[in-house]
Amino acid sequence: MSTQSSRLAARAMVAPSVVLLLIWMIVPLAMTLYYSFRFYRLLSPDRTGWVGFTNYLWFFNSPDFWLALFNTLALVGGVLIITVVLGILIALLIDQPVKGQGYLRILVIAPFFVMPPVAASIWENLFMHPQNGLFSAIARGFGAQPILFLEQYPMWSVIGIVSWEWLPFATLILLTALQSLSSEQLEAAEMDGASAFSRFRYIILPHMTRAITVVILIQTIFLLGIFGEIFTTTQGGPGSASTTLPYMIFKQAIAAKDIGRAAAGGIIAVILANIVAYFLMRGLGRNLEN
Amino acid sequence: MARALSPRRLWLTTAAAWFVALLIFFPVLWMILTSFKTEPSAVAMPPQFLSADWTLENYAEVWARSDYPRFFWNSVVISVGSTLLGLLIAIPAAWAMAFVPGKKTKDLLMWMLSTKMMPAVAVMIPLYLLFQRMGLIDTKIGLVVALMLMNLPIIIWMLYTYFKEIPGEILEASRMDGATLWGEIIYVLTPMALPGIASTMLLNIILAWNEAFWTIVLTTTKAAPLSAFIASFSAPQGLFYAKLSAASAMAILPILILGWFSQKQLVRGLTFGAVK
Repeated sequence: MSTQSSRLAARAMVAPSVVLLLIWMIVPLAMTLYYSFRFYRLLSPDRTGWVGFTNYLWFFNSPDFWLALFNTLALVGGVLIITVVLGILIALLIDQPVKGQGYLRILVIAPFFVMPPVAASIWENLFMHPQNGLFSAIARGFGAQPILFLEQYPMWSVIGIVSWEWLPFATLILLTALQSLSSEQLEAAEMDGASAFSRFRYIILPHMTRAITVVILIQTIFLLGIFGEIFTTTQGGPGSASTTLPYMIFKQAIAAKDIGRAAAGGIIAVILANIVAYFLMRGLGRNLEN
Repeated sequence: MARALSPRRLWLTTAAAWFVALLIFFPVLWMILTSFKTEPSAVAMPPQFLSADWTLENYAEVWARSDYPRFFWNSVVISVGSTLLGLLIAIPAAWAMAFVPGKKTKDLLMWMLSTKMMPAVAVMIPLYLLFQRMGLIDTKIGLVVALMLMNLPIIIWMLYTYFKEIPGEILEASRMDGATLWGEIIYVLTPMALPGIASTMLLNIILAWNEAFWTIVLTTTKAAPLSAFIASFSAPQGLFYAKLSAASAMAILPILILGWFSQKQLVRGLTFGAVK
C-alpha cells in the first residue's frame, strides 16, 4: 500500500518528531561538549579559555569517579535484579485464582504513582530514620540496636527505595505476560509428570522472555538517570559512599559551580549510557523482534 | 493460565498474595495514617496505630501555609499540556511508521528511545542556559515543552505498538472510498486507536506529574508544580512528620486516584503494547 505519494506523506508526518528530538538531543549535547573543554567556573568569571582534556582528567584521576561509576552500575543492576526476580515471584502468586485479585492489583500498583521526592522522604523519615522510623521501632522491639540505614548502608538503602518504586511496573508487565499463557500447555506438562520447577523453567520462563526484555529496557532508561531519590535521602553521602555519576555531576555544577567539569562529567555519562544501550540492544534486540 | 486449586491451597495462596500486596502498599498507607496524627503521636515510640490522636489539623496547616491550589493547578497544566502537545506531534509520526514502514523504521524507533538514555543531569546546564536566554525559566509553557520532548519517544513508541494492531485493510478500504489522508486519520484511525491513545495519555500524564528533576530545576515560584511543593517540605528532622505526610498525601493523592480509576487502561499502557 505504500505508493510514492504515501511514502512522501509518511516522511512529512515523521519529520516533526525527528527534527524536534534531534534538536532536543544535539543542541544541549553540543553545548555540553563545548563547555567540557573550557575553563568555566562561576566563582571566577574573569578566567576563561580552552583547557583541553583537563576537565576529563580530573574525573579519571578522582577516586570518587570510579566509585560513582560503580555505584551507578550497582544501582541499575541491583534494582533490575530485585524488581525482575520479585516481580516474577509476585506475578506468579497473584496470577493464582486468589480472592479479590482486582483489589490486589490496586494495592500493588500504588508505589508507581508516588513521585520520587515523596517516595524518598517516606522511606527516609517514616521508615529508615534511626530515632523515629518504623524500622528502628521494630529493631528496638526485638531488643536490637536500630540499623543506621542511610549512614551505614547508603547505597543498599537507595537501591531498596528505587526497587520499591519500580516493582509495580515489573510486576504488572510480567503478570500481563503470564495471563496470556495457555493453561492447556501447563496441564499437559503436569500430566506428563513435569515438576513445578521444570514447568517454570521450560514453559513459563521462555513465555515471559519478551516481557522481561521490556522491563529491563524501559527500567534501564529511567534508572541510569536516578537523581531525586539520592538528593532527598543521602545527598550522595556519607562522604561519597552513595554518589552516582549523575549526582557527582550535579555536585560539580551546583556545589562547586564548575561548569566545565560538570560538562565533562555529562559527556562521560552520555558515553556510559551509550555503552549500556549498545549492549542492551545487542543482547535484547532479538527478543523484541516480531 | 488460572487453574483450579484445592480450597485449602486457595486460602493459603490468597493469604500469601494479600500479605505481599499489603506489604508493598504499606509505606503509602503508613504515610496517609501519619498525616492524620498529631505531631507528638506521629513520632511516638512505640508507633501508635489505633491509639493515636487523630486530627485534620495537618492538612489545614499545610493548606494555610502554602499556596497548594497554585501548585496543583501548575501540575495539571504541565502534565496535561505536555501530554496533549506530545500526542499532537506523535500521532502522525506513529501512524506513518506503523502503516508505511520503511527499512529504517525499527532503527528510527530505537534511536528515539535511546535519546531518553541521556541523563538529565548531564545536559542540565546547557538547557538551563538555553531556557534562560529564551525567557522560559519558571514558565508553564517552558515546562510543557521540556516534558513533552522528554516523553515524546515513549508516546511515539506506545502509539506505534497500538497502531500496528489495526489492520491496514480498513485504511485501504477507506482510501478507495476517497478519504483524504487527514480524513483517514481523523475519521477512521483515531476512533479505532482511541483506547490506545487513552492509555498513552494516562501513562504520560502520570510520568509528567511525577517528574521531579526538570520541574525543580526550571522553576522557582510561578510555574512550580507539586514536585517542587513537596521538595520545599524537606529536612523535617522528626519535628514535622505529620505535616510532611499531609503534604506528601496532597501531592500524590490526585494522581493515585486517577490511576486507580483508570487501572485497566493504565496496565495496558504500562506494557508498552509489547506484552499481550
